[in-house]
Amino acid sequence: MSGADATIRPAGSGGMGRGGEVTAAAAVAMDPTGEAGIRAPRHGSRLPVTVGGLVATALASARGVIGYAVLGLLAAGAGAVADAYTTVTLARILALGLLAVSVAVVTGWAGLPSLGQVAPFAVGAYTAALLARAGHPIGLVHVGAALVAAGLFAAATGLAVVRTRGTAFLMVTLAVGELTAAVAARWTSLTGGSDGLAGIPATRPVWGVPALTDDRHVYWYVLAVTALVVAVTVAVLRSAAGLLLTGVRDHEARMRACGHPVAVYLLAAYTGAGAIAGVGGALLVSAQRYISPADVGFEVAALVLLAVIVGGTTSIGGAFVGAGLIVGTRDWLAGPWPGHAPLLLGTVLIATVYLLPGGLAGLIDRLRQRAARLGVRS
Amino acid sequence: MTALLAATGLRYTYRRLAAVDGVDLHLAPGAQHALIGPNGAGKTTLLHLLAGTLRPTGGRIRLAGRDITRTGPARRARLGIARSFQTPALLDSLTVLDNLVLAGWRHTHASGWAPARYRHLAGRALADLDALGLADQARQPAGTLPHGQRRLLDIAVALTGAPKLLLLDEPAAGLEDADLRRLRAVLRGLPPETAVVLVEHNLDLVLAAADTVTVLHHGRILATGSPHDVAADPTVREVYLGGPIEAVR
Repeated sequence: MSGADATIRPAGSGGMGRGGEVTAAAAVAMDPTGEAGIRAPRHGSRLPVTVGGLVATALASARGVIGYAVLGLLAAGAGAVADAYTTVTLARILALGLLAVSVAVVTGWAGLPSLGQVAPFAVGAYTAALLARAGHPIGLVHVGAALVAAGLFAAATGLAVVRTRGTAFLMVTLAVGELTAAVAARWTSLTGGSDGLAGIPATRPVWGVPALTDDRHVYWYVLAVTALVVAVTVAVLRSAAGLLLTGVRDHEARMRACGHPVAVYLLAAYTGAGAIAGVGGALLVSAQRYISPADVGFEVAALVLLAVIVGGTTSIGGAFVGAGLIVGTRDWLAGPWPGHAPLLLGTVLIATVYLLPGGLAGLIDRLRQRAARLGVRS
Repeated sequence: MTALLAATGLRYTYRRLAAVDGVDLHLAPGAQHALIGPNGAGKTTLLHLLAGTLRPTGGRIRLAGRDITRTGPARRARLGIARSFQTPALLDSLTVLDNLVLAGWRHTHASGWAPARYRHLAGRALADLDALGLADQARQPAGTLPHGQRRLLDIAVALTGAPKLLLLDEPAAGLEDADLRRLRAVLRGLPPETAVVLVEHNLDLVLAAADTVTVLHHGRILATGSPHDVAADPTVREVYLGGPIEAVR
């Protein structure tokens, strides 16, 4: 499965080669055979790096990029061959996938299990829907406004939320999510109440481009924005920011004792994750041209947390695969096997927890390690 | 000369029990000060108060003349107070190298972009690991290290920011001879201006490393002075001979 290469994990096994830049330290960390030839320097800060180490690093990051590219092309191709219903469902999977990425950043990377990422998702969705209904059809504007509004919302709520940990964090985020859904259901004059906002005009991606009335075009637009957000997210998580977050997740007291302002890091992660969820919300509105409190309620929050657990909590590719599995189980199996989707989803969760600790991404890691061992033996 | 650390009348009360009860502690730069006493004497609590992980219920703490009584642990770390933990506190999923890089991250003067800072810190970290005999484990996740190496790495992490004051919480606990020798070498090799507060049950290490010893008992200072004087103090002898005291074995 190409998702294997799309899996990223905390910097435990890798250094921080940012973008195309190759750092000596990344070469140290990414060269499992130790052939990079890094030696402790006697003076100064520059590490002697051999060509082998640089090549290994370049290959490692290129493989990740290729993995994402293959996944993106497959997704784009799926839009070309699928029927209309499937295309819309795929677009919704991508939007919920961004929500799952948001959950993965907070839960997997920052180590804070969140049920509240639907709140910034809702803020982004309603922001985009209201803009579209007010006569602003440009997708770029929707996405930008949703990103900013959801980010500000997350920053404001985060001030209270990141002071809590563990179960308390789970409960506080649940409360934030539920309150937001309640506001969406009650503030009828703005949100249309539980009826939601319908009749949202078709999105125009940028100025000078016709409105996207074909489901396939909508899907490709959603895919392009999703790919951009994923690329930025992965780049940030592979930078020092990912390393710092992993440190906080591993041992908060140690990070503090080393002078790290842990609360600032967590607030930044929570805000960034909120912005990602907000973009997901805007894309959902473009995909289904309708938004209601049911799209941002507890059921969605729980399903997305489930998707992240199934995919592997630190895996961005896994978040999308998990979202696909969950939405697929719920929406496609509802046809041939009506009423049994919750049962199936429950079974998937229990099976994942018992059989796949680390989710699908963890399974792929283990298969890879086993293949490597077999390769060494033969 | 102003004291590096001046703690006066420190108190910490937990559920009406005074774990630390009016302790004064003054350290000059470069002082090596050991805290000994039976379990429950308040040694670790006192370290928490100095590190900022616990807020004192009374008293004042000054670092180089600056009042830090209400300053949090991260800020205190940036001001130059570093610590080791009773149970080694490492970032287990990160490599040994990355543990040291993150330890220096907020202290380094290598300005500019993160990759340059990382390179600079990784270079220094590799030299430090070499000195500790951990160079071969640099790329291993810290969670895979055996206990002795975890303890040494925990201390190396504390030392990375070149602290003015180093708080060590039972650094010798569970160490085998080879690692104990390394620990002694690390303590001997500290920069002369680095002050140390050492909580330790291993009296050999205390006698070898400390120039002043304070004996705590029920949260109060029983005696303080040179290791020789404290060992000869009749009150200390009376208390210690009266019951099983771990520090005197």
